[in-house]
Amino acid sequence: MDIFIQQVINGLTLGAVYAMVALGYTMVYGIIQLINFAHGEVVMIGAMVAFSVIGALAPSGLPPLAIVLVAAGCAIPVCMLVGYAMERLAYRPLRGAPRLAPLITAIGVSIILQHLAMMIWSRNPLAFPQIIKVESYHFAGATITSVQIAILAISLAMMAGLAALVYRTRLGTAMRATAHNPQVAGLMGIDANRIIALTFVIGAALAAVAGVMVASYYGIAHYAMGSQLGLKAFCAAVLGGIGNIPGAMLGGVLLGVVEALGAGYIGDLTGNVFGSNYQDVFAFIVLIAVLVLRPSGLLGERVGDRA
Amino acid sequence: MIRSHFGVLAIAAMVGVSACGEDKKAQAPATLTIAIGSVAPLTGGIAHLGKDNENGARLAVEEANAAKIRIGGKETAFELLAEDDQEDAKVGNTVAQKLVDAKVAGVVGHLNSGTSIPASNIYSGANIPMITGSATNPELTERGLKGVFRVVGRDDQQGPAVANYLVANTKPKVVAIIDDATAYGKGLANEVEKTLTAAGVKVLAREQGTNKTVDWKAVLTKLKGRAPDAVFYGGMDSTAGPLLKQGKELGVKAVFSFGDGACTDKMGEFAGSAADGLLCSQAGIPPQAASKKFLDAYKKRFNTDPILYAPFTYDAANLLIEAMKQANSADPARYLPVLQKIDFAGATGRISFDEKGDRKDAEMTIFTMKGGKLLPIAIIKSGKTVKYEDFVAQSTAPAADVAKK
Amino acid sequence: MTGSIARLKRHPAAPWAGAAIVALALLALPFALAAVGTAWVRITNLAILFVFLSLGLNIVVGFAGLLDLGYVAFYAVGAYVYALLASPHFGIHWPFWAILPLGAAVAALFGVLIGAPTLKLRGDYLAIVTLGFGEIVRIFLNNLSQPVNITNGPQGIARIDPFRLGGIDFSKSDNFLGLSFSGPIKYYYLLLAVLLAVIFINVRLQNSRIGRAWEAIREDEIAARAMGIDTTRVKLLAFSMGATFGGVAGGMFSAIQGFVSPESFVLVESIMVVSMVVLGGMGNVWGVILGAVLLSFVPEILRFTVEPAQKQLFGRMIIEPEVIRMLIFGFALVLVMTLRPGGLWPSTVRKRELAERRP
Repeated sequence: MDIFIQQVINGLTLGAVYAMVALGYTMVYGIIQLINFAHGEVVMIGAMVAFSVIGALAPSGLPPLAIVLVAAGCAIPVCMLVGYAMERLAYRPLRGAPRLAPLITAIGVSIILQHLAMMIWSRNPLAFPQIIKVESYHFAGATITSVQIAILAISLAMMAGLAALVYRTRLGTAMRATAHNPQVAGLMGIDANRIIALTFVIGAALAAVAGVMVASYYGIAHYAMGSQLGLKAFCAAVLGGIGNIPGAMLGGVLLGVVEALGAGYIGDLTGNVFGSNYQDVFAFIVLIAVLVLRPSGLLGERVGDRA
Repeated sequence: MIRSHFGVLAIAAMVGVSACGEDKKAQAPATLTIAIGSVAPLTGGIAHLGKDNENGARLAVEEANAAKIRIGGKETAFELLAEDDQEDAKVGNTVAQKLVDAKVAGVVGHLNSGTSIPASNIYSGANIPMITGSATNPELTERGLKGVFRVVGRDDQQGPAVANYLVANTKPKVVAIIDDATAYGKGLANEVEKTLTAAGVKVLAREQGTNKTVDWKAVLTKLKGRAPDAVFYGGMDSTAGPLLKQGKELGVKAVFSFGDGACTDKMGEFAGSAADGLLCSQAGIPPQAASKKFLDAYKKRFNTDPILYAPFTYDAANLLIEAMKQANSADPARYLPVLQKIDFAGATGRISFDEKGDRKDAEMTIFTMKGGKLLPIAIIKSGKTVKYEDFVAQSTAPAADVAKK
Repeated sequence: MTGSIARLKRHPAAPWAGAAIVALALLALPFALAAVGTAWVRITNLAILFVFLSLGLNIVVGFAGLLDLGYVAFYAVGAYVYALLASPHFGIHWPFWAILPLGAAVAALFGVLIGAPTLKLRGDYLAIVTLGFGEIVRIFLNNLSQPVNITNGPQGIARIDPFRLGGIDFSKSDNFLGLSFSGPIKYYYLLLAVLLAVIFINVRLQNSRIGRAWEAIREDEIAARAMGIDTTRVKLLAFSMGATFGGVAGGMFSAIQGFVSPESFVLVESIMVVSMVVLGGMGNVWGVILGAVLLSFVPEILRFTVEPAQKQLFGRMIIEPEVIRMLIFGFALVLVMTLRPGGLWPSTVRKRELAERRP
């Protein structure tokens, strides 16, 4: 039983990591129905900037928590800038273009960001400085660390904040109006371009926070870390119903738990014919099953046939 | 928009300029230019190891140029053509052909077994010798191809070495084995499993991640329930670091043990104090044990320490150059027989090849991690285990040999 | 002068003369390339394989409008069918003309298997499910070395037989008519012959009843159904026909490389093929071919030019060539798509749509 509880904790944390990144995907998708495939790279940039800042400030003697906050404080504006530039140069020129065109520019942007990062931060996997002492808490035979608790809390806070922004503020109203019908929103005096750019910038800020958290949790940052994370987070967003904010959270957590339980138990359940080597297969089968039964994700709206 | 047009112009200009460059390639006839290829992934997940490989070969070539070696009565300029195979067999074949077209005299590489095996067909077909400093899969030299060499130990030498050491010194009853689903990781893990099973140790069902996995908690939690005495992982450093860190976080009380891909000082950085007590093996003698002269030269030239295989690629390049020197020719038909029979004191010890092209009596080194640094504790050669201090004392200091050349 | 050219163009034999010039150029191409370097013949062969893949995917994405991010699975299936039936792995050595159709058929079967459960899905949801299928196929290939060794796992299968036709071994050099035909050159001619057949099939498909049915589904599925199109069957047909081309390409890849391993069939490969289709111009056979050729060649041309160009411009290496190569490639993707959102050579239908959408 204690093993099971531990596996659920593992899954929840992994899921929260996915969810943090998935929120960025889903928010952009919700507004302009575009999969920002380069989102994972923005997460990576966030982690890398934080790496440099922490490395520079670590010898200064400031309290560790303050250093991490400063690092996040530097990573967020850098990522926002990257997000804005991305939207302005690679996506805005393609409004009204065939739906797959932005997919290609997104791949281009990913390649560019990865190799710029390679130039700046080298090819080496970087050991992310562990300056905050990690506390472990034990209960019912399972272990949870302070970083895991922080990740769970921050992802929930991010989800709640984002939901509040979209559903409770004037800006959110403008976002939803733009998502619904950009032309009509324009007639109501909403500058659609500005709203979309803002969406990207907010998404990039979320990515920065996710990057800092992911890198401190695993203790490693690498210029290619974004693509794998982005892919899983994208799956999570789709699983939950892409465009839906609580859906991203639900999808992320579900994917994380399925992966953890898959790695933990399929070996025993199948007499070791399948083991943790089929962990991803297991996750994808759940994903496919959910989508075949609910073609627009767990919490996604039933889209019309012409969507 | 104006800026984007400028971009096009810039690209066009570069292509144009390079086209002009081709024409001017004609060299002054007084010197003999010999091209040596170096292939490793320079982009992608293990690009840092690839660059390390390239650096090793580059250092050898630059030293040879500084030494003003004469071959065939002419002053010789060696040129290193470094290529990026992106860890992809398809790209590997293309760059192999590119090197063959460029009429290289020999090739140092590739890094991965997965790219070395298909590319070796192309080199061998063109009668160009290749020496890999890092591809450890036995299949590479088992196919009877001419001119395929390796200066590093094979998986079926390294696996048994680390497994036997583990059995003799930790005396485990139950061992868990994890791999990263790559040709290297799984191949090495299989060899370890064979040796352990033969020694009567109980091996748990294989666990697996990927070469990008950073979250090992689910696998480790499952293992914790089985309470193994030791955990062996076949994979590279960027995945092994998180594995080690999370293992300790979850309180897995087992000796962790890695192969050469994860036997680097990086482990201490990634996992902090959790890395202490790690046992790992390297195919060959440790970089620290490589000749002092090499280490100093590397540090001076690249402003960093070698990561993993640089001493081997350094030796591989030097072997090519030495064989050419002894044969007094850069023609593979002339120097290949010399290379086959060579006896060379390199940065990684004495090197000679068996008839397959594998290094005779390749050493294996066992390390342990202490205070964030890897310390060599034992050298295994021809099935015999020697304590590291004894090895250093009895070895005739490879540095002195190298200085002689 | 211009008048005489116009008159030449109107001449009834003009199309034939044009075709003859193109044919001659294609026949002479490998020798011209080999003069620069045999590597270029290999690159061309790979480019032709990517043309097969892109044309296959174009049926699914371009004609029928179904975004498939797992297309590489069919390529993998074709490659492994060939590798298993023509290598020492099982000791089976069937001739290629027996295995290639078999590989194509197995790939088509996989197409139906993947297509059937996903018929209800649209757009991005379909994309993610196909992506999942692609990964599942690769993971199985990677793991089916236990409990029974079928695929030899990540070690891959080596020593795969080359094509043999009569006494001609495609991996060795031969002399005909005083010309030296190296292995890659022989494969080039074979690929060229298959390429012509594949292009012919695709062009005919596009204008056929089925092609129009696909287009109708792409434009409006409900309307298509109302017009009496059996959308289920037609969609499945798109998946299986697309997969067939992937299977053939895979078999040929296997023979040309002599080695397959799961590493060659990763997601990035699928994304690359989608990029070729979209960049070239979805739905237009010629555009797709252009996209595949460009995306295969540009990175290689950069590989050959970046280093000397830098040395020429600055006298030394300032930025490592592999980094620049990837940066230029990334910028080129962004630039081309923003300048020509419909692709380099869009289909006429798409062009009309784009024009309509402009305010």
